[in-house]
Amino acid sequence: MNAINQSGWKPEMGNADETTPATFTGNKALMLEEALIFEIGTAVTTGVDLANPPKVAARLGNLERYREIGLPGLSEPETVRHYTRLSRQNYAIDLGFFPLGSCTMKHNPRLNEKVARMAGFADVHPLQPIETVQGALAVINELAMWLIQLTGMHGVAMTPKAGAHGELCGILCIKAALAARGDPRSVILVPESAHGTNPASAAFAGFSVENIPATSEGRVDLAALKARLGPDVAGVMITNPNTCGLFESDMREISDAVHAAGGYVYCDGANFNAIVGRVRPGDLGIDAMHINLHKTFSTPHGGGGPGSGPVVLSEALSPYGPLPYTARNADGHYELIEEEPAQECHPHSFGRMTAFHGQMGMFTRALSYILSHGADGLRQVAEDAVLNANYILRSLEDVLEAPFAHSGPCMHEALFSDNGLAEGFSTLDIAKGLIDEGYHPMTVYFPLVVHGAMLVEPTETESKATLDQFIGALRSVAERAKAGDPSLKSAPHHAPRCRLDETQAARKPVLVWREPEQLVAAE
Amino acid sequence: MRYLPLSPSDRQAMLGIIGVKSIDDLFVDVPAQARLDGPIRGLPNHASEMAVERHFSTLARKNMTASQHPFFLGAGAYKHHVPASVDHIIQRGEFLTAYTPYQPEIAQGTLQMLFEFQTQVARLFGCDVANASMYDGSTACWEAIGMAGRITKRTKAVLSSGLHPHYVSVAKTMAQYTGDTLDTALPHLSAKTDSVRLLDAIDGETSCVVVQYPDILGRIEDLSAIAAKAHEHGALLIAVVTEPVALGAIKAPGDMGADIVVGEGQSLGVGLQFGGPYVGLFACKEKFVRQMPGRLCGETVDAQGKRGFVLTLSTREQHIRREKATSNICTNSGLCALAFSVHLTLLGEKGLRGLAQLNHALAVQVADRLTQIAGVELVNDSFFNEFTLKLPKEARPVVRALADREILGGVSLGRLYPGTDALSMGLVVAVTEVVTSEDVETFAVALQEILA
Repeated sequence: MNAINQSGWKPEMGNADETTPATFTGNKALMLEEALIFEIGTAVTTGVDLANPPKVAARLGNLERYREIGLPGLSEPETVRHYTRLSRQNYAIDLGFFPLGSCTMKHNPRLNEKVARMAGFADVHPLQPIETVQGALAVINELAMWLIQLTGMHGVAMTPKAGAHGELCGILCIKAALAARGDPRSVILVPESAHGTNPASAAFAGFSVENIPATSEGRVDLAALKARLGPDVAGVMITNPNTCGLFESDMREISDAVHAAGGYVYCDGANFNAIVGRVRPGDLGIDAMHINLHKTFSTPHGGGGPGSGPVVLSEALSPYGPLPYTARNADGHYELIEEEPAQECHPHSFGRMTAFHGQMGMFTRALSYILSHGADGLRQVAEDAVLNANYILRSLEDVLEAPFAHSGPCMHEALFSDNGLAEGFSTLDIAKGLIDEGYHPMTVYFPLVVHGAMLVEPTETESKATLDQFIGALRSVAERAKAGDPSLKSAPHHAPRCRLDETQAARKPVLVWREPEQLVAAE
Repeated sequence: MRYLPLSPSDRQAMLGIIGVKSIDDLFVDVPAQARLDGPIRGLPNHASEMAVERHFSTLARKNMTASQHPFFLGAGAYKHHVPASVDHIIQRGEFLTAYTPYQPEIAQGTLQMLFEFQTQVARLFGCDVANASMYDGSTACWEAIGMAGRITKRTKAVLSSGLHPHYVSVAKTMAQYTGDTLDTALPHLSAKTDSVRLLDAIDGETSCVVVQYPDILGRIEDLSAIAAKAHEHGALLIAVVTEPVALGAIKAPGDMGADIVVGEGQSLGVGLQFGGPYVGLFACKEKFVRQMPGRLCGETVDAQGKRGFVLTLSTREQHIRREKATSNICTNSGLCALAFSVHLTLLGEKGLRGLAQLNHALAVQVADRLTQIAGVELVNDSFFNEFTLKLPKEARPVVRALADREILGGVSLGRLYPGTDALSMGLVVAVTEVVTSEDVETFAVALQEILA
């Protein structure tokens, strides 16, 4: 193959002009600065027209709010412009390549947005009589069924609101199962390479957390794990594929060993995208695994949520899953099992994790994604995601250290370290250099087991041309970091902001806007 | 496959550069017995956009929608008119398809929006600071109880009987595992809340008192006395707001002494969505900020001195502190926070107050109309846009009978408190600006017939 293709498509550069004059406004053509709503809105401006209220005697218990709240209003045109300008300060998957490792930033199909907005799903109250929401319950039930099929598990808890909430759900199932047999096990084993949510979720449920070491291959040290198992170990939390981008090839043995020692196996399913349609976690002996619908099943990340984290459960843990859940009767009628009937048909449930019934708006999108891809498409998703990641790994391992490249193919993400850069240069500089090149950086400094980790997850929705251009750009930035190019230390140069002072932000936190005179008074 | 750009020849070329023969060579680390050779059982192959849309249209038609029927449900989720521009803005790809703003230089849009959101929430709740959102009101409520425990180093939480029963259930679930004890009670169909019970229960062991405002039956009461008693004993007052529009008409909990105010932000911008995704609101006094859960956005400057925003105080959070974090939360509800913030910006002070007045006035009218029906009594002395009726018979079958007439006529307390006979005749009715006078008459006439 012609290696020159790896530098990818390049735009015409034109004549670079370094003498750009300052502007009166501070704006730069399409790059528009935007004030805060508190600086441009007023208490008397509004962007909505309301009917006049009928005259009645108030029954507010003498608690009328007279003092000004301090909420600025904008007219509709000002509002639309404000947020449109803000939006243009954001990088997004719609705009470009977003290889954030372990976050699965894939394309968000717009059909999914359309179906989620159908009035029959979006304009329905969660406490309507069950007879009036049969279609909504059917969606939840259908998605639940496919999640069970895709994972080869026994049951699924649909209500968890995000990945970490799902982790907590799985951990509470384990806790409830142990309690049911009167077993006071109190330790959860977690690999060092785990997401921070894993130990946090286990600790939240009252477990103590111990680390499992990794081998030099970047996988769980099976011998060390077996040595630690015992009557105090409630279970393990394993991410598979793991955060080094590798499949835990001993997973079945890990599960068998944990089960033999009386514990349970939790799998962090954040990286399910690598194996969807090709591997069923249920065949690996897993007892509980959350699925980030906002990763594998393409529901939009929305600048930090909402997510959705259904948890598939083994036969051993299913009886302890949370309320409520949906069920289909023999006559095709859908039920919602809430607190009342649960006393008879789901008596061991650990209880409720959230008001209402979960992230319906995410369920419609995820189901739309699954049906659009189908069995053949989902398998192709995993294959292309893994192919793209290996392509990046092998195209860059000569310029960036890839600590586990010798361990075999990676799964859906490629891991590099910052070893070998010039003195004083690190992963951060590479990340900021990539911003100038028009990319969102990869995940940096995670997993913690690798020095200056750079975790690149391309996903399956990127073309070869996109990957080629990215490979060329990362190669160029890496070479600058190895050569000690000082301009990289002050990157990004072309973003809406230069590097921001995070130390100042944390030392003297300013978390809300205050009127300038209030600030002066507070000094 | 419309979502997959690689062509067969791309794949071949890439396999060549990687140095393997087939895609299976990239899955060698998966043990053979764990590889799925055939397709997923029962799942058809890929489908066209049209076919998928048709499937969903069929299912959507089986639900009774709020906008097309007389609609009076509340109890923690409210139907308000959401301006068209809100959905337009949240569908901009730069917001919709961005990630958590880990790289602030290219995420100032989300960060500035969150800073504005935090300020709006803090002001609405009468608090010093607010975070960048939680999953929803019920989980925010639980997190607040946990936070009060960390601050006071005590484990007894006293929950008002007017707290939404789902929120109580969530707190009970978590308390089973954290060693917290919860002092709870069921509400009574009475105009009086259980504030006397709360005042009696507060002692030197109490970490917090949790009061919903307005409460599950719609009642509103001054929180000052509870705050004072709590503070006297070194405990915190947590106020829970499930209908933030109310705060355009009634005093903010923070102004009555609440230390932590949490809430459900769904009623502004988000819509009903059959229960989710919603957005948890979380605000508190400044001195407690380091014990707060969740993301926080803060103001700073960049290397050239320009104002900018970053995620801050992350040493509280799981990705830094791991098992010692204040919460395990990671993904929150960013896009719903945007919807909330846009809607509140469109309203502004004037619009929110007008909307609140309109809601209250309509609710007063509807309460008066429905209590003209023989045997129907109003439980509340005070309320905002939601009140509880005591019917002359069990309310749950009445709600079903109304649904048979295509009227969505409130939430029965039998649904919320199954098996509690003393509450079974209670019907919680919410009235917002979307209710028309025809809706009210249709509802009233049907209710009268069903009760006759």
